[in-house]
Amino acid sequence: MAMDAHTLEEMIRDAFPDAVVEIRDLAGDGDHYAASVVSAQFTGKSRVQQHQMVYKALKGKMGGELHALALQTSAPEDQ
Amino acid sequence: MSEVNEWIDGVVKDNDVVLFMKGTPEQPQCGFSGRVVQILDYMQVPYQGINVLESDMLRNGIKEYSDWPTIPQLYVKGEFVGGCDIITELFQSGELKQNLLDNGVVLETA
Repeated sequence: MAMDAHTLEEMIRDAFPDAVVEIRDLAGDGDHYAASVVSAQFTGKSRVQQHQMVYKALKGKMGGELHALALQTSAPEDQ
Repeated sequence: MSEVNEWIDGVVKDNDVVLFMKGTPEQPQCGFSGRVVQILDYMQVPYQGINVLESDMLRNGIKEYSDWPTIPQLYVKGEFVGGCDIITELFQSGELKQNLLDNGVVLETA
């Protein structure tokens, strides 16, 4: 099973409407992506919490349909 | 708390540093687990490696326990620190070493 980049981006955007999202397909197999997400919703949150928020947006697909997602998250002023 | 959660809770509280991983420190079975093993070995951190491939109940229980969907998972003094990405980032920024020292973990290199 795999997930296409567009679906992945859409799921993240649904949960983070303000976000700047960049998706890179690492292996071309729909299973290994890198994503960077910059959103004000991350302000004051730890890295673990930020990543958990993104995993929630993926509604359980992470670790199942999506094997690997290298995440880079930050709040706008962290850049 | 389910039985497996109780067991996990005990392991992370009884050991300073615990790495739930695929495979063993000597033979990681997954690149991501292997990378964290390399980081911990490089820093000469004494840690407990737990092979989640030995039991599906553990493999799923650990994801529920930490509300984190992937393996590996690193715990320091009972606190979930992160998966492969976060541990790599913390290592590169020096925050991982600081976290360990702040938690009284003795590094052989220290």
